[in-house]
Amino acid sequence: MMTTDRRGLILGGAALLTVPAAARAQGSSQGAVIDITRARTDPIPIAVPALAGGGGRGADIARVIGANLRNSGLFRPVDNAAFIQSAEAAAATPRFQDWRVIGANALVTGRVEDQGGRLRVEFRLWDVLPEQQIQGTAFTAPAAQWRRIAHLISDVIYERLLGEKGYFDTRIVYVAESGPRDRRTRRLAIMDQDGENNRFLTDGSFQVLSPRFHPNAQQIVFMSYFQNTPRVYLFDLNSGRSEVLGQFPGMTLSPRFSPDGRTVVLSYARNNDANIVAVDVGSRSQRQLTSGNGLDVSPCYNPDGTQIVFNSDRGGDQQLYVMDAGGGGARRISFGRGRYATPVWSPRGDLIAFTRISGGQFGIGVMRPDGSGERILSEGWGMEGPTFAPNGRVLAFYRESQARGARGEGYSARLSQIDITGFNERQIVTPTDATDPSWSPLLA
Amino acid sequence: MNAKILGALGALALLAACSSDDASNAAATGAGGSGGLAGGAGMGSARPGSQEDLVASVGDRVFFDTDSTQVRADGRSTLERQAAWLARYPQVSVYMEGHADERGTREYNLALGQRRANAARDLLVASGVSGQRIQTVSYGKDRPAALGSDEASWAQNRRAVTTVR
Repeated sequence: MMTTDRRGLILGGAALLTVPAAARAQGSSQGAVIDITRARTDPIPIAVPALAGGGGRGADIARVIGANLRNSGLFRPVDNAAFIQSAEAAAATPRFQDWRVIGANALVTGRVEDQGGRLRVEFRLWDVLPEQQIQGTAFTAPAAQWRRIAHLISDVIYERLLGEKGYFDTRIVYVAESGPRDRRTRRLAIMDQDGENNRFLTDGSFQVLSPRFHPNAQQIVFMSYFQNTPRVYLFDLNSGRSEVLGQFPGMTLSPRFSPDGRTVVLSYARNNDANIVAVDVGSRSQRQLTSGNGLDVSPCYNPDGTQIVFNSDRGGDQQLYVMDAGGGGARRISFGRGRYATPVWSPRGDLIAFTRISGGQFGIGVMRPDGSGERILSEGWGMEGPTFAPNGRVLAFYRESQARGARGEGYSARLSQIDITGFNERQIVTPTDATDPSWSPLLA
Repeated sequence: MNAKILGALGALALLAACSSDDASNAAATGAGGSGGLAGGAGMGSARPGSQEDLVASVGDRVFFDTDSTQVRADGRSTLERQAAWLARYPQVSVYMEGHADERGTREYNLALGQRRANAARDLLVASGVSGQRIQTVSYGKDRPAALGSDEASWAQNRRAVTTVR
């Protein structure tokens, strides 16, 4: 495996020794490899001792891996204080009984080598019960990118033990909010999925909303009030430059890229209607996909780009509709109690996540694309804007707390993530209030 | 009472945000005079044709019921007074801002605010104001006038506000 991302970071993932078929076949019956449908109730106990070498960096990498796995809710890292064999010795030769007796089903070992500004990190994943190596891989990257190596290793562990892709080597773009709500400063911000490496992309001199990633993770489409005119813009992460997307005489909002990145679908509000419009990113040509009475907002493609789910009040109140990507054939899919909004299609195609407002409460839920199987995952005074992790297993969204006083005391807006089973909701820590998260695809 | 104070605070905040525009308006409207306007108790020094003048003379905002984009009867008379005020200051252009309360989702509320701004704009136009002088803009739920999380605050926030450009 050799991958290059667009900023020139080269991550060489060289296979050390792999015995995939045998290890997984055996593991699935008695070892660490398990069926993901069982995983929620039965997190995998895994030991992640410090990787050897690297002058402390090995411990940092192990800590990030352990946190990723724990935060997923699908793994239970064993307390380091219980370890019998030293990390250094385990990196050479694991003594499996030492790991078995402390309850670890899987073990991660490795070694960090500083090659003058670059790190070579070799890691091995072991199935403790059959005493077999499941995976061995080496990554090389600039030393400053050590967190990415930790995330890449986490993704390998996740995929090998759960049988589906991980989501750790990803970022989240969001709106960083500060100041009183009537004079709010809103900036584009980006961070790793675990909240680290937070960085502000705009200076707050103009308001921004609704950032969403391009499928290559190098561009963002968002809405801005630059020069007091609400319009949709493209932002390039490499150059830091933005440009307006198309000339519309009214307001454009709620943009989102198509899965191939060639089209942005958005809502165009003019006069008393808001309609869904597809804008070709290359030619900037526009194609109106809905028309007529109603506010049609928040469009989102399905993974193969053939259908669009959106939010409309054409039937009287806000509901979810699915139509062909070329427009036409819209059919309502939400029929539960309350209003439905902000639909997003899972990258796996199997679910649509949404915000539901019902009985004075906001909730985040999922349903199948035909509207069946609705489940509310989290509910409270205020929450909205779900976004799927690239493997479709986890949602991020933002949660608001109710103001207690007339000056808005007690109000806050924070990012949360939750497993699509409805378990393991946890806050993603950000330096300021945060809204409108959008999860990137896997970076490598 | 409380509503009026909050309204005035909101207008002042907007003024602060557009202060460079106000300077040119002041120069252009110096001869307009405000002699006939009675509503300026406590704000008698408002510059004619300015935002303060609009607020003091006729009121800068109208309110909407939950989920509604219909201007209510009390709002219609406010907009008629705004149209008369704008007729006195033909050089003044305005933004018509649409807003929503916090009990909806952000993107839908942006579209809802746009519809409210349009409804208010259409009534100004029906009262003789040229559509060229009015630019609509929606802030959805993202620029509330009242900061509480209660029915009284939400009623203040479902609004269309006329602001001098």
